[in-house]
Amino acid sequence: MKRYVYADNAATTPVSREVVDAMMPYLTEKWGNPSSLHAKGREAAIALEDARGRIAACIGADAKEIFFTSCGSESDNWAIKGAAYAGKKRGKTHIITSAIEHHAALHACAALEKDGFTVTYLGVDKNGVVSLDELKAAITDKTALVSVMLANNEIGTIEPIAEIAKIAHEHGALMFTDAVQAVGNIPVNVKELGVDMLAFSGHKIHAPKGIAALYIKKGVRIDNLIDGGGQERSKRGGTENMPYIIGLATAIENAVARLPEMKKVAELRDYLMDNILKAIPYSTLNGPRGDARLPGNLNIGFEFIEGESMLLLLDFEGIACSTGSACSSASLDPSHVLLAIGVPHERAHGSLRLSISTDTTKEDADYILEKLPPIIQRLRDMSPLYESVTKANV
Amino acid sequence: MSMLYSEEVMDHFANPRNVGVIEDADGVGEIGNAKCGDIMKMYLKIENNIIVDVKFKTFGCGAAVATSSMATEMIKGKSVDDALSLTNKAVIDALGGLPAVKIHCSVLAEEAVKCALADYYKKQGIDHPVIKEAEEIMGRGEDHDHAIPEE
Repeated sequence: MKRYVYADNAATTPVSREVVDAMMPYLTEKWGNPSSLHAKGREAAIALEDARGRIAACIGADAKEIFFTSCGSESDNWAIKGAAYAGKKRGKTHIITSAIEHHAALHACAALEKDGFTVTYLGVDKNGVVSLDELKAAITDKTALVSVMLANNEIGTIEPIAEIAKIAHEHGALMFTDAVQAVGNIPVNVKELGVDMLAFSGHKIHAPKGIAALYIKKGVRIDNLIDGGGQERSKRGGTENMPYIIGLATAIENAVARLPEMKKVAELRDYLMDNILKAIPYSTLNGPRGDARLPGNLNIGFEFIEGESMLLLLDFEGIACSTGSACSSASLDPSHVLLAIGVPHERAHGSLRLSISTDTTKEDADYILEKLPPIIQRLRDMSPLYESVTKANV
Repeated sequence: MSMLYSEEVMDHFANPRNVGVIEDADGVGEIGNAKCGDIMKMYLKIENNIIVDVKFKTFGCGAAVATSSMATEMIKGKSVDDALSLTNKAVIDALGGLPAVKIHCSVLAEEAVKCALADYYKKQGIDHPVIKEAEEIMGRGEDHDHAIPEE
């Protein structure tokens, strides 16, 4: 029987009913501008600050440390460029980041390079963990910022952010972490991590696209990215996106409340992983095992086939997933993350990312396990690469 | 940038025509490499200057499979000269268009046909310009599909 299995939660998530219900009044009746002094505006301002406080509590921050933005990419750009230009005023023109960051962070760094900054891209080990030795060797008193993601979007690696932050601070650099994939999937506490800035986004945790936030630790000064009319304590201009901010507050509270369920998600991921690796020859796990990776993330490479074809055939069966193949994007190179952990081009083209959630059931997993092996076989039967392997084995 | 495939592309990807191998092929052409993410291998059976059978195997994306499939359909039953004049543009048109980043797949399909025909002429001991053309195509190696500018 045909099902629909959504296994692409790292790309985006469906908006939950509770989030929609929480948002609706702010689209229909409570449509005031929180900057207005009249009753409609005050009503919105109170709701805005209430939402800010609830969100802050979910990550161990103070309300005044939460700044709303339009998306994770804006949060990344603001943190990285804002810290870089603030650092430049004090003679700091060096940035350290990792080779496996999201493109929003990588391309923000590339833009800074064009503007005269020096950027060090830290390498990672085969599991995608940033090298602390490389960090220690690269960091100087000219380093304005260290930017390393909390959890990787493709292979789920959880980085040692607290240790990285400690090293950054020993050298007077600011520490930023892109926690877009982490928040709502693993416990995130800004004080335990010791970071100066942390980015997270609504649409990865069942809020709509178009709302995100940047945590900026009290006392940390970074330049503005969007100047405007004094909103967000004059740090981020633009009339507050009230319905979406309320949605984000509801979504993050729900996600944090459901964190105990992530153990089950990890068990289901391991069930999928074990059975895929067992059923399909010439398949390899990309990234770490167990608690070292996000509970819902699974990334497997299949030799002799190309990922986009696999993705399309899975889609025909109602299974939504992603691939690190070049052919799935505008670029001609496969995933920079897979290449950074040492996966050869050939295998990177045949990678499958399944990102499951608390909504994914055992039946969903079994459906994937039923549909995937024949799809891989079908593509291998069509592949001239597989032909040479089968002939060599005869 | 649109990544959407036309109905014809999806049809040829979902139900590729002429997949397989011809064991006693008169001409075999292989183009592309695994590093770039696509390889096409084409087998021709030729009798009295007519392509009586054609099969292909492809490692690649949806467009790579669809262009291979369409190219085989377009040369099957045709004369060798007709096959020699197959262009990637004709393949694109027959497929109702391709996303810009997938144009190189149609180039590979044209080249795979040319390489298979060159192999045929070589086996026949006939000197034909397509042999030199195929050698140039093969010589370009890894750069074969890097002709598309970044968007």
